[in-house]
Amino acid sequence: MNNQELVQGNEACARGALYAGCRFFAGYPITPSSEIMEYLAREMPKVGGVCVQLEDEIASISAVIGASWGGVKAMTATSGPGFSLMQENIGYAAITETPCVIVDCQRWGPSTGQPTKAAQGDVMQARWGTHGDHPVIVLTASWVREVFEMTVLAFNLAEIYRVPVILLLDEVLAHLRENVTLPVAGELQVVERVEKTNGSMPSFGAGARLMVTGMAHDETGFPVQGEKAAQLLKRIVGKIEEHKERLVRYQGFYLDDADFLIVSYGITSRAVEAAVERLRAGGVPIGWLDLKILWPFPDKPIREIASHVKDILVPELNLGQLVREVERAAAGHAPVSHLGRVDGSLITPEEICRYVREKIARVCL
Amino acid sequence: MTRDYRQYLRVEKLPHVWCPGCGHGIITHAIANALAELQLDPDTIAVLGGIGCSGRASFLFQTDAMHTTHGRAVAFATGLKLARPDLHVIVVMGDGDALGIGGNHFIHACRRNIDLTAVIYNNAIYGQTGGQLAPTTPTEKRSTTSPYGNVEHPFDIARLAMAAGATYVARTTSFDFPEIVRFVKRGIAHKGFSVIEVLTQCPTYYGRLNDLRDPSQMLYELKSQTVPLDEYHQMTPEERAGKIPIGEFLCEERAEFVESYYRLCQLGRSG
Ligand SMILES: Cc1ncc(C[n+]2csc(CCOP(=O)(O)OP(=O)(O)O)c2C)c(N)n1
Ligand code: SF4
Repeated sequence: MNNQELVQGNEACARGALYAGCRFFAGYPITPSSEIMEYLAREMPKVGGVCVQLEDEIASISAVIGASWGGVKAMTATSGPGFSLMQENIGYAAITETPCVIVDCQRWGPSTGQPTKAAQGDVMQARWGTHGDHPVIVLTASWVREVFEMTVLAFNLAEIYRVPVILLLDEVLAHLRENVTLPVAGELQVVERVEKTNGSMPSFGAGARLMVTGMAHDETGFPVQGEKAAQLLKRIVGKIEEHKERLVRYQGFYLDDADFLIVSYGITSRAVEAAVERLRAGGVPIGWLDLKILWPFPDKPIREIASHVKDILVPELNLGQLVREVERAAAGHAPVSHLGRVDGSLITPEEICRYVREKIARVCL
Repeated sequence: MTRDYRQYLRVEKLPHVWCPGCGHGIITHAIANALAELQLDPDTIAVLGGIGCSGRASFLFQTDAMHTTHGRAVAFATGLKLARPDLHVIVVMGDGDALGIGGNHFIHACRRNIDLTAVIYNNAIYGQTGGQLAPTTPTEKRSTTSPYGNVEHPFDIARLAMAAGATYVARTTSFDFPEIVRFVKRGIAHKGFSVIEVLTQCPTYYGRLNDLRDPSQMLYELKSQTVPLDEYHQMTPEERAGKIPIGEFLCEERAEFVESYYRLCQLGRSG
């Protein structure tokens, strides 16, 4: 195909952002995310947008929120250490209902760890990193083209639900170059800022004399306490909880006759895909659930499948994070085990096949 | 014809939350006066505040307003100004907010010379949290976390701002209402990063902990500790001891960040 091109994961993210209408980026360099800012520094001015490097990640997320209230779709990108620094203001974005996108190209941590090695260790940080109860949407991707699509989806969901949306990538996907055909204009849906379509959520400079605060507030933006504060929190958390069924996004493979289930996400799904094909070819009744949105978590499908499989495996590049959610959702209907890898390398299809075969030998004894 | 300063305030939200005798109301009133004298359209103004008693001023302006997080108001304002260069963006901050937790954003905003007007309500203490040590508390003065006296040296905000690259820098006190109005007006009219430091009184904590309970006594104290810049220059080092110079320290032209960004990007695009 002649419109195929060799694109890096980070570049696909940056191009997805531009496609989605992102016109503001602020960031601070950190491996393995820097190429996103470098790409946008070159390309953003060409579409009349702004891309600036600021003094740190706290400034970056602050500026993103400020720009978003200026009526512009805005994003920042970082890795685990910078993501930690952003957490306070991610909570601020949640309570002020500021649409924004935060990309975390995960690397091995805590701390500086192994900056050039992949990990999936920020899964819980993405969900619970900021303080207090809060709404958040967490997306992930496994392929370069999917990075582009999920970036566009991240912006769309940020606008629809007016929440911070987090896109979890990882070092390998961020730096991977794949031959892809990226979406052309009009191919993917792009959700505009509500203000532009019905004016119900104006931006600064529109004459609305807005009051925006991280304090508990009522619909006029002014501080409240007690029951009204409780109402605010329940409403903003409810925005996601109540639309959970609409939001969850996953792909199921070979589920109808599966005795064993693998639940995976992100870069690890690539190895799982290869493993599942091999196991199926060898007659193993394996099924696979590939998660695209980690939060809200797909409780219902997992519970349903758990009730008719013998065993569930969750491979991930950490010592056990999303596996806890799977275990909770499975609610005892099937045992859940974890295949973790934390040496900085990816889990291989061979490892998964071996693990599943050994498991089956034991379960079927 | 000047406008009425009340047009710029959400008068229906009064009374404010500050203690009786607090200087924060004087500064807030002076900012409203400056806006009125400049006859700015309220819909072209955005007021951003940090966290602290001072940051609460952001709730009082009849404009678009954002009460941000502790220390980060300048960084939020940087994003807003880049996205909306047409807005006059005013940032109201406490000394702890601007120079303690927010010090990094502050010096970088000075260096970039971004067109924001920063008004720093400097009461030399952390008022909101109950009187703890600030990076501006004078040496040997007491706070709840320096009960035997502060061992550190305070920041001189005006000097710091100049060294870091701000292009409009002025300092006055809550004793001199007309001067606050004048400096804030000059700061808003100036294209670049403007810093107006206002030394003010926190009778509730700074005063009580330092045997200065009476707000009017604190105002006179501020008056007697400060010396206009031209007089200060005439003084000997001995005479200067314990005195703080006030006035307009700097007003210079230098390329402004947002304008430069758009200009260079335009060049990059066409070249
Ligand atoms: C991240 C964070 N740390 C600490 C606090 C608690 N806090 C609130 S206001 C404040 C100090 C305010 O002092 P200053 O900026 O001097 O303003 P003032 O209250 O004196 O006007 C602190 C430490 C906070 N809100 N957020
Ligand atoms: S505590 Fe101090 S700074 Fe805060 S309102 Fe009271 S007097 Fe003002």
